[in-house]
Amino acid sequence: MPSRNERILIDVSSGGFPWLTLVVFLPLLGVAAILLVEEALAKWVALGISSLVFLVSLPLWVLFDESTPAMQFVEAHQWIASPSINYAVGVDGISLPLVLLTTLLTPLCVLVSWTAIETRVREFVISLLVMETATLGVFVALDFVLFYVFWETMLIPMYLLIGIWGGPNRVYAAIKFFLYTLAGSILLLVAIIVLYFYAGEESFDILTLSNAGYPPWLQAWLFWAFFAAFAVKVPMFPFHTWLPDAHVEAPTAGSVMLASVLLKLGAYGFLRFSLPMLPHATQRFTSVVIFLSVVAIIYGAYMAFAQADLKKLIAYSSVSHMGFVTLGIFVLNAQGIEGAILQMVNHGITTGALFLCVGIVYERTHSREIVDNSGLAASMPVYATFLVIFALSSVGLPGMNSFVGEFFVLLGTFMWSKALATVATLGVILAAAYILWMLQRVVYGTPAQHVAPKLHDMNWREIGTLAPLAFFVFWIGLYPKPLLDVMHASVDHLVQKQANVMVVDAGPPVPPPAIAGTGSFPGPSPTKVETR
Amino acid sequence: MMIPLADLVTILPELIVVSVACLLLVLDPITPSHRKDLLAWMSVAALAVCFVVTAGGMGDRVSAFSDLVVVDGYASFWKLLLYVVSGMTILLSIGYLKEERIDLAEFYGFVLLSLTGMMIMVSGADLLVIYLGIELMSISLYVLAGFKRFEAKSIESSAKYFILGAFSSGLLLYGISLIFGVAGSTRLVEIAAAVDARGLDDPLILIALMLVIVGFGFKVAAVPFHMWTPDVYQGAPTSVTAFMAVASKAASFGAFLRVMLEGFGGMKPNWSGLILGVCILTLILGNLVAIVQTNVKRMLAYSSIAHAGYALIGLVVAGWVGTGAGVSAKGVSSMMLYLAVYSFMTLGAFSMVAILRRGGDEGEDLDDFTGLAKRHKGAAFLMLLFMISLAGIPPTAGFIGKFYLFMAAVNAGLTWLAVVGLIFAAVSAFYYLRVVMVMYMREPSPDQESETRLALSPTATVVLALAVAGVVLFGVYPWPLVSLTASASLP
Repeated sequence: MPSRNERILIDVSSGGFPWLTLVVFLPLLGVAAILLVEEALAKWVALGISSLVFLVSLPLWVLFDESTPAMQFVEAHQWIASPSINYAVGVDGISLPLVLLTTLLTPLCVLVSWTAIETRVREFVISLLVMETATLGVFVALDFVLFYVFWETMLIPMYLLIGIWGGPNRVYAAIKFFLYTLAGSILLLVAIIVLYFYAGEESFDILTLSNAGYPPWLQAWLFWAFFAAFAVKVPMFPFHTWLPDAHVEAPTAGSVMLASVLLKLGAYGFLRFSLPMLPHATQRFTSVVIFLSVVAIIYGAYMAFAQADLKKLIAYSSVSHMGFVTLGIFVLNAQGIEGAILQMVNHGITTGALFLCVGIVYERTHSREIVDNSGLAASMPVYATFLVIFALSSVGLPGMNSFVGEFFVLLGTFMWSKALATVATLGVILAAAYILWMLQRVVYGTPAQHVAPKLHDMNWREIGTLAPLAFFVFWIGLYPKPLLDVMHASVDHLVQKQANVMVVDAGPPVPPPAIAGTGSFPGPSPTKVETR
Repeated sequence: MMIPLADLVTILPELIVVSVACLLLVLDPITPSHRKDLLAWMSVAALAVCFVVTAGGMGDRVSAFSDLVVVDGYASFWKLLLYVVSGMTILLSIGYLKEERIDLAEFYGFVLLSLTGMMIMVSGADLLVIYLGIELMSISLYVLAGFKRFEAKSIESSAKYFILGAFSSGLLLYGISLIFGVAGSTRLVEIAAAVDARGLDDPLILIALMLVIVGFGFKVAAVPFHMWTPDVYQGAPTSVTAFMAVASKAASFGAFLRVMLEGFGGMKPNWSGLILGVCILTLILGNLVAIVQTNVKRMLAYSSIAHAGYALIGLVVAGWVGTGAGVSAKGVSSMMLYLAVYSFMTLGAFSMVAILRRGGDEGEDLDDFTGLAKRHKGAAFLMLLFMISLAGIPPTAGFIGKFYLFMAAVNAGLTWLAVVGLIFAAVSAFYYLRVVMVMYMREPSPDQESETRLALSPTATVVLALAVAGVVLFGVYPWPLVSLTASASLP
């Protein structure tokens, strides 16, 4: 087991340039700039800064070394001396796709709000940018306290986004969102502190804590403490009830941020903490989580059927799709986990795009009801084309992004249990049914007379918002290899660690799991000093 | 009798503060009314001098007057905090007293007298000396609470505070007299020796211990001794409320902890469970009752009760049976850290109440904050920061304070107590966020637009800046404060 002093954070590829700090805190710099310029320019500055963040995040992709599961672009500075808490950041194959997803979507969120948000524009874009910093911070944090700080900070801008610029019932939805997620995180903080004392390493470093072994009884407690925090965020059935309210009431950009980025944090938490830190408990409780995931898949789809409100329909479809993500994570094989990560990215792109679509039509008709938005193909052909693309992507049509992700997840599930894979597949069929039914009404239905005069097709700004996402739908659908290559090493390492624990558990006597985790992973090369 | 010079040097800050206080009372009648601000500035200057004196001598343990008074890192820490808090109170009051038409320089004199009492409390190594400090503090506060002498509410606040305060002082004094009967002395060291000699089951010592806990429980406003708090806090002038909620609480906790650890340290098994019960009751009641308040001042009063509950976690840890000296010291230092952080955010929140005016009155109703974000963006944002800090949400100092408390609790094996504390932190988010909600998510009615305004004097701006700096800086970079509390902790 690498001791505290051995745990050297190898900087594989950044050449020492603080890329991650730049990416994470550039939005805050933007906030400062926005405070200085006049209100009319706030949107422009926000668009410029968030696009710049996206550009700055691209080198992460280019310079990323796909051959190692080690953390890359690592920076570590002491933040608090006692107890030792560091400002430590880094990315691996699991977090990199999510970082890029976040930086891609934020400028689009600014763009879609261009005319939709008319009041307090300055505060709006500030909230969005603070949100971006907090979510990026969560994905790159390598210190558990730092992670928690970002994790909680995020609640405030989201609360304001929903509560100030949301729909009629926004205040209720905002506080429900806030209290739900805050209550979920309570046990997470206690679990972090317990881990610290139990590991005895005098460190909150995530990698160090992952390598310290914990007795099975403690793992069981910690697992459920983590579960409470992450399952609320995902959200898993039965902790999903805040989601429809928050999604429906939030402004378009808020819905996109919620669906595309916030929901990923829970799944990311499972991958980063539950699996590597608590392998024993993970295996013990995996069937419970898988059961809940399958329930979410079916239940979410079933609920989506019944919705007359477009946003609610997409919200429940999110519950269903995120069920695939947690399913893929907890079948604990490489196919499942890679599928899950891919599905996280896909859901971010597709569901984000669908919310953008709803937002665009809402600006015209001021209604989210399907009956008020029917038969759009006649008056808005370009819009209808985009909507069909994203809806079919959500269904999982081959050649589009979600197909690849769901395929991998179902493949992984099939290896775990054939019966369960069959039930989960039912979710895909149900998705096809409710999405196509929605399309039939919205795109090809009889045009609603009372809104017809307000309908005009998308302008260039709106096309510019949707086009990048459509591009990714096809790219990932047709050629997912670049994305999968990024994940391989990290996911294999994660799965390997799980497999080692299984082997150890089979034979007596039982050494601490962490020793087993590194034991069969000799890694003589110096870059492997650090293991997750 | 000659008093040794060394002893006088030890209590130099107390001497400075008390002489300036007396000087203010003398100068007040002969100062023309438009120059009264000078007297306020004089008090601030005195506090600055004291700050330098105390900070300069920090670290060594010095005792004076045959061990009646002790100046150690622990006492110095509290004194530094008290100077800052008193200074902020005075700066806030300069504009506030004018708004309320009660700008008499006596006010500053009483603040300083009260501060002297607090300084004696945290430096006292003898129960009687501590008692005298408490009385000096309390009597000055009774006067300050009734300073809005034209308002029935303020008078009522003063009278209530006086009667209940006198009652609690009586209980404390009764406890002290019992201890004197047992130990033959009121010095903390000798009490500790008597406890060791007589064992844990001596009924007299137990009764005395109970009475001391009740007496201090009143002063820190812990449940079930909190009854006076809401009415007194609501009726008193807001800058006085802030002073009571912050300074008097900090000083009382400082003295409470020293008495429990240095005097009754041998009886930890007897009192840690009791404090634990009080702590949990305080957390529950403070937070739950705060939910239903519609007056911000009253809500903050209940919130200050709830925060006393959090601070008590530190005392529980320090007294928990089976914890080593290191863990015990962590309990003490985490409580010091918590109260320091609490001071900044609570002072900030009360300052906002003080400067928000509706018509001729204070805007202390929740309704007066409606739509504040539309009219005064900066003020609303500061209030937002104070509220999320009080709720303990990062990246503010409130989170850091709670984090260290819960670290200490888990370290002592009280993981479940950390869970309870966090559950109530989530509950508290509900009522703190309600203030944010009315500021940001409600539209002000037309008459509110016209009637409410901010009475933002330059000195009040300084206070708000200091408070927000404390809340943000100690949230983002807490190490200076953390290391200070760690080094000043009682062993």
